[in-house]
Amino acid sequence: MIRYLARRFWQSLLVLFGISIIIFIILHLTGDPAVLLMPPDATKEDIDNFRKIMGFNDPLFFRWPPWQYLNPPWRFVTDTQYGHFFTGVLRGNFGMSFRHQQPALGLVLERMPATLELTLAAMAIAVCVAIPVGILSAVRRNSVIDHAGMVLALLGQSMPVYWLGIMFILLFAVRLNLLPAFGAEGWQHLILPAVTLGAFSMARIARLTRSGMLEVLGQEFVRTARAKGVSEIRVVLKHGLKNAAIPIITVIGLDLGTLLGGAVITETIFAWPGVGRLAVQAISYRDYPVVQAAVFTLASIFIIINFLVDILYAYVDPRVAYK
Amino acid sequence: MSDGRAMALEAGRAVGRREARQDLRRVLRELFRNRAALIGLLILLTVAASAIFAPAIVPQDPIAQEITLRLKPPGWSGPGSRTYLLGTDHLGRDILSRIIFGARISLIIGLSAVAVAGTLGTLIGLVAGYRGGRVDDLCMRVTDTMLAMPFILLALAVIAVLGPSLRNIIFVLGITSWVSYARIVRAEVLTLRTREFVAAAKALGGGGGRIVFRHLLPNVLTPVIVIATLEVARMIILESALSFLGLGVQPPTPTWGGMLADGRAYLSTAWWLATFPGLSIMLTVLGINLLGDWLRDVLDPRLQF
Repeated sequence: MIRYLARRFWQSLLVLFGISIIIFIILHLTGDPAVLLMPPDATKEDIDNFRKIMGFNDPLFFRWPPWQYLNPPWRFVTDTQYGHFFTGVLRGNFGMSFRHQQPALGLVLERMPATLELTLAAMAIAVCVAIPVGILSAVRRNSVIDHAGMVLALLGQSMPVYWLGIMFILLFAVRLNLLPAFGAEGWQHLILPAVTLGAFSMARIARLTRSGMLEVLGQEFVRTARAKGVSEIRVVLKHGLKNAAIPIITVIGLDLGTLLGGAVITETIFAWPGVGRLAVQAISYRDYPVVQAAVFTLASIFIIINFLVDILYAYVDPRVAYK
Repeated sequence: MSDGRAMALEAGRAVGRREARQDLRRVLRELFRNRAALIGLLILLTVAASAIFAPAIVPQDPIAQEITLRLKPPGWSGPGSRTYLLGTDHLGRDILSRIIFGARISLIIGLSAVAVAGTLGTLIGLVAGYRGGRVDDLCMRVTDTMLAMPFILLALAVIAVLGPSLRNIIFVLGITSWVSYARIVRAEVLTLRTREFVAAAKALGGGGGRIVFRHLLPNVLTPVIVIATLEVARMIILESALSFLGLGVQPPTPTWGGMLADGRAYLSTAWWLATFPGLSIMLTVLGINLLGDWLRDVLDPRLQF
């Protein structure tokens, strides 16, 4: 068990390293970040100066030839653009936001609670609706509940998140005037964005629960339990759900990450003051330190969630740890 | 080659052809028995036909602006005019015509991005699964990294840097979504690798390339086709999301996501602007999902996602 977790931990660190490389490369995709970052009417001198200040003239990954940069011995990799970026990331320093003149990571972390609140609320709603619907659909197979539930789930999986959000605004905020469409004060503001964000996962988890339960409930040990006279509720929840849980847990873990990323769109529609909206604005202002900090932070949270899911996984199904 | 061997080969090929024909007939029979899949297919054929014949069937020019006719409600409601069946937008353009042309962008990007991602992912999966060891480890860490990325943000950032052209959007969507193919193909190859026919091919002196492309590739194509079908739906949704956030194919080219974004500002006065493009996306995606779910059940019921 410990060895399994240690290996997963080490793999997570490697993934974070990979992410730091990708967000570093994005800025250098065009070949000249100075032109990208400076306003279009900047003079050539301005751009040259900016390039010098930002260190864009340094080599990207390696100093060549390495043997001339061995003081300290690792200087040929650390005294490069990526080296400086990476050592910055290790210290939590993604540079200053060009737009806000504040440390980029601070800005991101300031908005993180709002995003986490939205994501967790969305997942909670999704799970609370989807699992009962999935179980009911499986137990009352081919009933009206089953058909209605699964048609809704299919529609939910086919709808673009932001369109659903817009339709919610149209219906509940514009027409019925029941719920607020924008802002983030109080629980009323959370409902529309959370349901919007959670809809896709809700549909997926409902379908998965149904198919998992159908499979488990058809097995021998369930018939044995029934034959022993175990109550139907106990059979469904204890024998059925517990054994159908593994794929459901995996999907919940994966979807939590997807929701964190998907919050980008939901936050933009509902003007929710989270990391996603900050990042979208930063992209349109070419405020790359903030974009990099946002991507890195969201990815880190995704990795932490998955690490926790792995632990849970090994607990539910001990065979996993020995593979 | 001796005559006998040539005849045997020819006979074998004929049997193969007959089997392929029977398979096709079986699949078609299944399709007609499954109502949901048939509905999906019909939706998709309609969308594809609209996209292909768009210039011939649109009632109006999708780009021509007629400012005096702006925000006309759909034709069936009282004050609407029959000329604009689904109404007009804030610049007086016919929404139905724009939706028909929008199908082109959605399908082109959906299919091309899946082609890019599918090819890349299948290759990576084949190599990782067949070579194993260090290569496999590296590939798996790269897939983990891609999975951890907040996808939309990554795509937005890259397109913001490269510029929002059709080619760049296809490139970005393709390069960021090969992971699901790679994982499935690798898993398949890991089990196939130990099978007799691979050992036989090796014993006959088949090189790595030959084994991977002649013996492994045909055996992993089924799950790849299933995933690719369902991924077209995801790509269409992602493309429309990019357009919605302003980083898709640029105006005046009509895109469903772009139309939705325009419609957002007129939610309280002109509901039809945002409603119809969204419905088109949903119907198309629904069609693909219905067909894809059925394909999975028929071809490869073990797949779960």
